[in-house]
Amino acid sequence: MNPARKRTARLIVALSAAVVLASALIYTSFSAASPALSPSQLLRQVQPGRSYQLTGTVVPGSVRRQAAALDFSVEDRAGGTAIPIAYTGTVPDPFREGREVIVTVERQRGVYVGERNSLITKCPSKFKTAPPGEKQSY
Amino acid sequence: MAGLGRACLLLALAVCVYGIGASLYGVRSGRSEFSGSGRRCVYALAGILTIAFAVLEVAFLGNDFAFNTVASTSSRTTPAFYRAAAVWSSQEGSLLLWAWLLSLWSSLALFLTRRRLRDVAAYATSVLLGLAGFFIALMIFYANPFATTRPAPVEGAGLDPLLRFPTMMIHPPMLYSGYTLCTIPLAFGIGALLARRVDADWIKAIRRFAFAAWLFLGVGILLGARWSYAELGWGGYWGWDAVENASLMPWLTGTAFLHSLMIQEKRGMLKVWNISLVLATGTLAIMGTFLVRSGILNSIHAFGGATLGVPFVVVIAALIGGSIYLVVSRRDMLRSEHRLDSLLSRESIFIANNVVLVALCFVIFWGTYFPLISDALTGHEASVGPPWFDRYTVPLALVLVLLSGIGPVITWRRATLANARRNFTVPVLAALVTLLALLAVGVPQKPFAIAMFCCAAFVLASIGQEFFRGVNARRAMAGEAAPVALLSLVRRNRRRYGGYIVHLGIAVLFVGVAASSSFQHASELGLSPGQSTRVGAYTVRYVRPTATITPKDDRAHTGSTLSLGAVLAVYKHGHHVATLQPSEGFYAAAGAQGSVGSLIGGQPVSHVSMDAGATRDIWSAIAPNIETPELKRIVSIGNRTLPAEDAIVAIGVLARTYLQHPPQAQFHLIVSPLVMWIWLGGLIVFGGGLIAIWPAPSAVRRRVAVRARTRDARGLARA
Amino acid sequence: MSILIAILTLALVAVVIFVVSAPLRSSRRRPDAGRAGGAGEDAARASGADDVALESPSGSALRGDLEAAREAKYREIRDAELDYRTGKLSREDYEAIDGALRAEAIEILNRLEADGEG
Repeated sequence: MNPARKRTARLIVALSAAVVLASALIYTSFSAASPALSPSQLLRQVQPGRSYQLTGTVVPGSVRRQAAALDFSVEDRAGGTAIPIAYTGTVPDPFREGREVIVTVERQRGVYVGERNSLITKCPSKFKTAPPGEKQSY
Repeated sequence: MAGLGRACLLLALAVCVYGIGASLYGVRSGRSEFSGSGRRCVYALAGILTIAFAVLEVAFLGNDFAFNTVASTSSRTTPAFYRAAAVWSSQEGSLLLWAWLLSLWSSLALFLTRRRLRDVAAYATSVLLGLAGFFIALMIFYANPFATTRPAPVEGAGLDPLLRFPTMMIHPPMLYSGYTLCTIPLAFGIGALLARRVDADWIKAIRRFAFAAWLFLGVGILLGARWSYAELGWGGYWGWDAVENASLMPWLTGTAFLHSLMIQEKRGMLKVWNISLVLATGTLAIMGTFLVRSGILNSIHAFGGATLGVPFVVVIAALIGGSIYLVVSRRDMLRSEHRLDSLLSRESIFIANNVVLVALCFVIFWGTYFPLISDALTGHEASVGPPWFDRYTVPLALVLVLLSGIGPVITWRRATLANARRNFTVPVLAALVTLLALLAVGVPQKPFAIAMFCCAAFVLASIGQEFFRGVNARRAMAGEAAPVALLSLVRRNRRRYGGYIVHLGIAVLFVGVAASSSFQHASELGLSPGQSTRVGAYTVRYVRPTATITPKDDRAHTGSTLSLGAVLAVYKHGHHVATLQPSEGFYAAAGAQGSVGSLIGGQPVSHVSMDAGATRDIWSAIAPNIETPELKRIVSIGNRTLPAEDAIVAIGVLARTYLQHPPQAQFHLIVSPLVMWIWLGGLIVFGGGLIAIWPAPSAVRRRVAVRARTRDARGLARA
Repeated sequence: MSILIAILTLALVAVVIFVVSAPLRSSRRRPDAGRAGGAGEDAARASGADDVALESPSGSALRGDLEAAREAKYREIRDAELDYRTGKLSREDYEAIDGALRAEAIEILNRLEADGEG
């Protein structure tokens, strides 16, 4: 095979491999992804046994800590529907009522269980002015 | 003085606009005095922004709360050290830092190239001034660091306690230096395409800045990982968070560029690829800056007003569109001079290295922007987590490390099998011996980690072989003793041996990553004083509780009102190994929680305690229970009976009660092997990078040139 | 206070204008400098005092490029020798590559000399 055809052949092989790998990547990303939903969306489409990423605000007054477990409710950013979550695992420092959180949940026997260590709290107001209730002095 | 700051911003914008016009006019009309004027605009910009930055720093250090940013991120009780750093903890301040660093690095770049690349530099000047102008315009119209409120508030809100750690001072400036340095090759790349000059001179000028960008960005990323591990409370150093990924992507393409640049230098190949990498690196750096402050992706770091998103998207779209247009329209100029001779050659390995790095970048890009992609394609926003990232990046990282061991040992153009046999025997043996040793010792079955250890052994052996043979060659040529030979070998071949040291550091770093993620023992449980637990090979015992109250004992200047913690004793095989003192700080918060409640009702911050060693780290964090019925009763009684000025008395009672009747506390304990190797590897990479980038003293260059010329003459005579 | 700020601002503006316009002013002072021919020519004369120092021999973009190519070629020759001495190249391969590189270097040197006379 002359060098030019060898090069073309190499190029075709390489590109095909790239396309195959990229497709595998893209396919698995869609199947491995957890959809990010607000509480109202979650209530509409929840299926038991599937995990979802729930994002919303922690409802003030709903936080209860018992030893290793943490119970709290998450509501829509705009207010309204709230979902109670039973969570175990690391609680990030910024977690508190009124803050935005992301937690992976699964509906098990009627109860929304938070996946262990999946709780993320958005770092509050670093580049934004804090809402009035949050004025802290350090 | 805010007026001076505001004036500086306006003047800076005017200078940018004039500079763009002057540079472009100068280069299109051939009147180089205008290009020179444009270049001086960059110097002037650096001076103006230095003054503006100084005004802001003085405001912070002097507690001038008329400045809105000072009032929202600093306070009289914030220590001076953190007040100086608070400048870049806000949107406005960080934009100013970015623009200032850009102007400084651009000035340096244009000063160093002031005698060469005239037309390329003139176009580059316009691009850099355009970017600087963009950031300055953002400040003037959207987020002005010199906005004031009068009358000035008496006290400020203070620096977020999550940021009160020393690494906070260095991480953003290093990272921003990396980002801004990435835009310099971008500007020179656009300039080269516009001026139709992609050649040896351009390569020489751009290499150093691409290297510096790579170095600073890498250090910034490592510092961020170290901060996350040693000072934030979750015990990890990398979470595939959107913002972490945003800084890693330009670093990956930058690494690819540094390697493929060598191929262009030697064989005149890959010109289109290289220019695309340069443009991609700069664009990814701007995208990274955008990601952090736009709030478009959910992330631990996600902060930022939505107002900044649109201007950034416009700039990024312009960069991408413009880059594609330029490369396509100049493609005849970017044709390769040679072709790949053989698959078994250094060029081939470098190309493979590029492919792996770009593949890594693509995986990370896809995963990071997936919420937006899935939203656009399916209407539902979904995100992928660390397991998905790990699945693809781990094998790619393995291949990368392996390639970094093969590359140094293989020749350019065409390597023969006999050659390969001679050069690869020792490294392959080293890898096999490591594999057998690991299996014999009974290391738990973690195939990827074991594979990484073997690849690292391969790299160590091949680098070691290179140094050994190089020293021998030097001794044969110059008759020096071994240590002297080593020094002069490295001094005379900085790029090569500096690069080898970088590869060594990367291998060490990945050994640390593999060991600490695959062989970690973690435990989350509640303990009361006197109880102990096993973590891996260690026994951890909760000895006694601790409680400190500001301002008496706040040695770390955390500013917390009350700090509750524990003393932990760590034993291995019955011997006392370490003492740890994790704690959690409770801060004050203005609000309706009562006089006592508001002293400790703010966001709590965990203070990690760690014993770092060469073979393992023992990491501990505590979440003390401050809401037992007994403690809550003290708070509510204090709220009812004590006015705000006396409320601190109740805190003292709280502390004493906690010490006398400590409730069970939640502990997070981690034993990770070889974490230290990550930081060590990073230091080695940094050292190797410095060696590689260090300019050879001109005396050496001249000697070399003279010697080469005489050899040429002799060669001519021979021919 | 605001008067102080106004004075400082004016002073800053003056300094900036002075710095930025220096090349323009010095080129007007030497009208015989004329335009540098063609885009990309960096004639030392027309660019003002801070620019190309008189001791630098560079007179054209092409020259700068040739000098960079020469340095790169020298580096390649040294690298090839190091490769040979550390056992990555056989003697025959090394001599072939070394000869080719030296020929390329001589070509660059010739072009540099020709350019220097121009």
